[in-house]
Amino acid sequence: MNKVIELKGIVKKFGTVYANDQISFDLSVGEVHALLGENGAGKSSLMNVLAGVYQPDDGEIIMNGERVTIPSPRHSIDMGIGMIHQHFKLVESHTVLENMIAGVKSRLFINYKKLGKELTELSQRYGLQINPFSELNMLSVAEKQRVEILKVLYRGAKILILDEPTAVLTPQETARLFDIINSLKSDGHSIIFISHKLDEVIEISDRITVLRKGKHIDTLKNEHLSPRSLTNKMVGKAVELKIERTKTDYQDILLEVNNLFVFRPDNSQALKGLTFKLKQGEILGVAGVAGSGQKELCEAIAGLQDKITGEILFKSENICGKSPRDIINLGISMSFVPEDRLGMGLVAGMDLVDNVLLKAYLKQPGIFVNRQEAQKEALNLIEKLNIDTPSVHTKVSKLSGGNIQKVLLGREIELQPELIITAYPARGLDIGSAHKIYDLLNEQKIKGNGIIFIGEDLDVLLKIADKIMVLCDGEVTGIVDPDLVTREDLGYMMAGKKLERGEVG
Amino acid sequence: MSVLIFLKAAIHAGTPLLFATLGEVLTEKSGNLNLGVEGLMLLGAIGGFSAGMITQSTVVAILAALLAGALGGLIYAFLTVTLRANQVVTGLSLTIFGTGVAGFVGKLFMGRNLPENIKAVFGARPLPILSRIPVLGTIFFQHNVFIYGGYLIAIALGIYLYKSKPGLNLRTIGENPHAADASGINVNRYKYLHILAGSAISALGGAYLSLVYVPVWQENVTAGRGWIAVALVIFSMWNPYKAIAGAYLFGGLDIIGFRLQQINFPLSQYIIDMFPYIITIVVLVFSSIYKKRDHSPSALGVSFFREDR
Repeated sequence: MNKVIELKGIVKKFGTVYANDQISFDLSVGEVHALLGENGAGKSSLMNVLAGVYQPDDGEIIMNGERVTIPSPRHSIDMGIGMIHQHFKLVESHTVLENMIAGVKSRLFINYKKLGKELTELSQRYGLQINPFSELNMLSVAEKQRVEILKVLYRGAKILILDEPTAVLTPQETARLFDIINSLKSDGHSIIFISHKLDEVIEISDRITVLRKGKHIDTLKNEHLSPRSLTNKMVGKAVELKIERTKTDYQDILLEVNNLFVFRPDNSQALKGLTFKLKQGEILGVAGVAGSGQKELCEAIAGLQDKITGEILFKSENICGKSPRDIINLGISMSFVPEDRLGMGLVAGMDLVDNVLLKAYLKQPGIFVNRQEAQKEALNLIEKLNIDTPSVHTKVSKLSGGNIQKVLLGREIELQPELIITAYPARGLDIGSAHKIYDLLNEQKIKGNGIIFIGEDLDVLLKIADKIMVLCDGEVTGIVDPDLVTREDLGYMMAGKKLERGEVG
Repeated sequence: MSVLIFLKAAIHAGTPLLFATLGEVLTEKSGNLNLGVEGLMLLGAIGGFSAGMITQSTVVAILAALLAGALGGLIYAFLTVTLRANQVVTGLSLTIFGTGVAGFVGKLFMGRNLPENIKAVFGARPLPILSRIPVLGTIFFQHNVFIYGGYLIAIALGIYLYKSKPGLNLRTIGENPHAADASGINVNRYKYLHILAGSAISALGGAYLSLVYVPVWQENVTAGRGWIAVALVIFSMWNPYKAIAGAYLFGGLDIIGFRLQQINFPLSQYIIDMFPYIITIVVLVFSSIYKKRDHSPSALGVSFFREDR
C-alpha cells in the first residue's frame, strides 16, 4: 500500500521528560489508523509534531516518499494535513463561517454570501449539516466538532487527525461521527484516530498502533483483536479490570435535594428543578455530556453557587444558599473534590505540607500555624496511599496526575466527611491509580458516608454506582439502577430521552 | 449658536483622543494590552514637533510622529511578543520612557512656536458642499485636515476589521491565538505589524496636540489623555465607529470647564476638571454591570507561545 506519511524515530522532550521516545508510525492512503494509549502516552504530542505545533528533537518525517520538516501549522496545512484538536481551536464569539475561513488565503475583502453558499455545499457533501452564519457559542459540542472537521476539509486536507474526538460525544453522536469518518475514508482521505477507548478503536480502525509512556509498543492489523490483549499492551501489565460494588445496609437519608434551580451569571438556568435523594453508604453516579450542569450541582451543594433556589437538606438541615463557612459552622462535614484539581483543590506552587495545612489550620488554635502536625499528616498520607513523591516538601505541581489526585482525595478523606462530592476523580489517571481511587471511595462508602460521583466513563459508573442520575441540559432525565440499564440506555438519556425501565427514583 | 461652537470645539478637543483610542483598539485586537498610550502620544508629540521645527516641513513632521510611535511600538512588541514579557508592566514602562524622552528632547524647544507654514497647513478648511449642511456641516466639516484624517482612519479601520480578510485573521488572533495558529495564520507577524501600526496611530494623537492644538512646545502636553484613551477603548467596546462617538464626547468634557467658567457657572474649575475621570469611572462601572457579553478580545493580555500546553 502507498504510504502518505512515515514517522521514523520521533523524539520530543519537554524539559527532561520524554513525551515521545523514538516513535515510528506510518499511514497508508485511505486507511483509518488508530493511535491507542492512556493519557500521557504521547499520542497528542506525536500528532502535534505532524500538525507543526511541536518541533521534534529528533527523527524523520517522510511524506509521499520525501523527507520534510513541518516548522509551523501553515506548512502542515499546505501539505494537506488537518488536525482536529481535542480542545477545539475555535473562536467562540465568531460565526462558523468566520472560523472556517480565517487564515485561508483569499482576496482582501470577504464575500460572506458567496462563501456561505460554498460552505453549505461542502457541508452537505459530507453529511455535516451546519449553518455557516450561526455563532459558535450557540452550537453544541458535537456541532463544534463538525465545524472543526469542515474547517480542515475546506483547507483541502487529505490527511485528517482526530484527537480524542469521542471524548465529548454521546454514544449516538459517536456513531454519527463514525459514519462521517467512513464516508471520508471512501472519499480517499486517510485518517489518524486517537483514542484511549478500546471498543471504539476496534470498531473504526484498519490498523492500531499502541503507545505507552512515550514509547511505541506495537502496530497491529485490526483482525481478531481482543480488548484484553490490547489493554495489556496499553497498560503494560495484565490488570484486573474489576471494580467492586459492595452492598451496604444503611437506611438513613443523608442528603435530599428538592426542586433545585441554579442560575448562571447571565440568569439562564444551569439546573432546572433537580430532585434526588442520597442514602448513607451509597454512591450516586452522575452521568451526562460535559456541561450538562454537573459542575453547578457540585458547587451548589458545596455552597459555591450564589443564585440558587430550592432545598438542599443535609440530614434535614437546609443548606441551600449557605456559604462553605456557614456549612462548616453548622457542624456539617462534606468534601468537594473538584474537577479542576490544581485550580480549586490544591495550590500547585505549595508543597504537600502546606496543602494539607490549608484545611487543617482551621482546627488549630491561635494565630500561628502548626506545620509539625501537618507534616505528620502529609507523611501519613504518603504512606497510606502510596503517593510517589521525592519528599513532603515537593511542590504539588511537580507530581503526576495520579499522585496529585491521591493527595487531594486523601486530604479530604482525612477530615472524615460524611458526604464526598467528587468530579471526574479518575480523569487522566493510569488504570492502576484509578482503581486505587475507586477503592478509596468504596472504603468510605462502607463506613456509611455518602458519595456523589460525577463521571464520564459510563462503564465505570455502571460498575461502581448504586444508582445513576443522568443529566441533560440541567434536567434529570432519570435516576436508574445500573444493573437494569446498558451504556446505550445511558447514552439515550444523556441526549435527553426518558427511559421506560430501570427507574429507582 | 454658542452650542454649535461648543460642539465644534469638542471635535477639536476630542481628536487627539480619537487617534489614541483607534491606535489602541488596533493593538488590543491583536490580543496585546498596551498601557503605554500616554508614552506613545508623547513620543508622537515630540517627534512631530521637533521634526517640524528642524525641517519646517509638515509632511516630515507627520512622518516623524508616525515613526516615533512605531519605534515605541517596536520596543513594546519586542518585549511582549518575542520575549513574552508581562504586558502591563511593559506598557507602564513605555509610558515612563515616552515621558522621559519627550521631556529631555523637549528642553530644546521649550516655549517655542511652530513655523508659520506648518500652522497654515492646519488652518480651517471647510469641505465643499458638506460644510454647508445645516448644523452637522458646522460641527463636523469646517475643520483642519488633521481632523478629517481622524474620520477617515476610524472608518478605514472599521472596514478593515469587519470586512477584510486580514481583519478577520487579526480578530481571530485576539480571541484565540492558538486557533489562529492552527488555522495557519502567522500570529507573531500579525501582532508585530498591528502593534506597530496601532502605536503609530496613537502617536498621531500626540502630534495633533503639539502641531495643531497648542502649537507651542510645553512639558507634558498630553496631560493624561493617553489614560483616557485606554478607558475609551473599553467605552467603545473595541469598535472603531463607537470610538468616534466616545472620543468626541470626552473631548467635550475636556473643554466644558473652560466654557462654564466663561459664563460664571458657580462650580469650581477643579471639580469640572475631574469630569472626564469621573465619567470614565462611571462608564467602567456600568459597562461591567450591564455587559450582556464581554466585548474584549478573549486573549487580551495573554502571551502566545505555540508549544504551550
